[in-house]
Amino acid sequence: MEALIEKLALYMQYPFVRYALIVGVLIALCSSLLGVTLVLKRFSFIGDGLSHVAFGALAVATVLQAANKMTVVLPLTLLAAVLLLRTGKDTKIKGDAAVAMISVTSLAFGYLLMNVFSSSPNVSGDVCSTLFGSTSILTLTKQEVWFSVLLSVVVLLLFVFFYQKIFAITFDEDFARAVGVNASRYNLMLAVIIAVIIVLAMNLVGSLLISAFVIFPALSAMRIFRTFFSVTVCSAVLSVVCALAGIFASILAGTPVGATVVAMDAAAFLLFCMAGRLRGA
Amino acid sequence: MPQIVCEHLCLGYEGETIVKDLSFSVEAGMYLCIVGENGAGKSTLMKAILGLRPPLSGHVAFGDGLKKKEIGYLSQQTDVQKDFPASVREIVLSGFQGRMGFRPFYRQAEKERAAQNMERMGVAELSGRCYRELSGGQQQRVLLARSLCATEKLLLLDEPVSGLDPVVTADMYRIIGELHRSGVTIVMITHDVAEALPCATHILHLGHCVFFGTRDEYLRERKDAPEEKEARSHGSFN
Repeated sequence: MEALIEKLALYMQYPFVRYALIVGVLIALCSSLLGVTLVLKRFSFIGDGLSHVAFGALAVATVLQAANKMTVVLPLTLLAAVLLLRTGKDTKIKGDAAVAMISVTSLAFGYLLMNVFSSSPNVSGDVCSTLFGSTSILTLTKQEVWFSVLLSVVVLLLFVFFYQKIFAITFDEDFARAVGVNASRYNLMLAVIIAVIIVLAMNLVGSLLISAFVIFPALSAMRIFRTFFSVTVCSAVLSVVCALAGIFASILAGTPVGATVVAMDAAAFLLFCMAGRLRGA
Repeated sequence: MPQIVCEHLCLGYEGETIVKDLSFSVEAGMYLCIVGENGAGKSTLMKAILGLRPPLSGHVAFGDGLKKKEIGYLSQQTDVQKDFPASVREIVLSGFQGRMGFRPFYRQAEKERAAQNMERMGVAELSGRCYRELSGGQQQRVLLARSLCATEKLLLLDEPVSGLDPVVTADMYRIIGELHRSGVTIVMITHDVAEALPCATHILHLGHCVFFGTRDEYLRERKDAPEEKEARSHGSFN
């Protein structure tokens, strides 16, 4: 045990480990807060679709050899978020089909681009690390860390400030609209926030595993807690704990960061399920 | 000046008109029941009044000091709500959202009002309970308390008793009747004409023959046209 702690203390001296922890915790916090709303609004799939769009956008950024990939990925993902939200209502192609269509198209397009215009000798390695995150969180630059911190703080502030509005439009959008809440504006805000979180989370878990980040903590919290507030708080705490445990475990065991954190989330979900059953019985 | 005036409304979906050239008005203190067969456009009319789905043509105007956001709305249960983790207090308080603007938190006065409204609907002792664990009748009363936080002027109720057992249904009508007597204008969609008629002051019947008038006129007309009545009650109990 002492050896473990010593080893961790040693790792903590490296700035890249500290960066990974900071960014990991912030992403876990933001994604779990929004996850509650996404799950309840039946928007889980939009998060999944957006992560694929972000993958496609990253491929575009790689091909364009953009200095800061975020400057390409973020606007494209934002655009997709707004479009996907629109398709939810009154369109010929129904929401889930539209999400599936856009997500496979961007996956295919992204992979195609990476192959055709490959600039590195190891294309499949690149693709794999964008999809599953692998080690990119350990290679964050200081600039990227600050960017993540800034965006996370904005997301957190927006969430706290509009918490009651988000609750109202999640529980009953028609009622909220009827009494004069501008639900379209808040839906748009949610879409933008989701897009930002997904772009941030790509660094940590890669685009295929982001959905787990968004959905698992919220679902786990809902097994046990019964009010919106307690579910939100529990989801946030759980997500941060799982992220910390996952990052430490991956450092110690040398496993991929994203997959380890998601495995932690899944394990927590099982525990919460059992606890919920016991409580219910 | 009536609270709501609907003039020459045409309602429907793309390419299909369900309701043609409908005009009626809602005065303060009315208890209006909207009846008609399934698919006659009752819910669509309510959404047009609330501005959730614009009418194909015609318009809805508000008067007598009533603003559009001062309409409380009790919708049919949605899928989302069935497994929603939220306490009764959280839901009732959210009725204030419309008038909060950008203010992020509730004021003390609003919390007190919410408590009063829960008391009035008989759900005060449930305030910490989870919404999805309540019975159907309790859920409806919670949603009524939320509507009262939004407005004391006019309530639109969409099938408030659907899925409730007879005892709870009678209780629900009693509560709505009390709200009406305390000065709230009631506009209610129902397919349960027999139950709703005793409390209503006015009836709007949608369908192949459109009727708008007081309850007594409606009853007289039904008496005059027994075949029509047969067809209607048959349709309404299906």
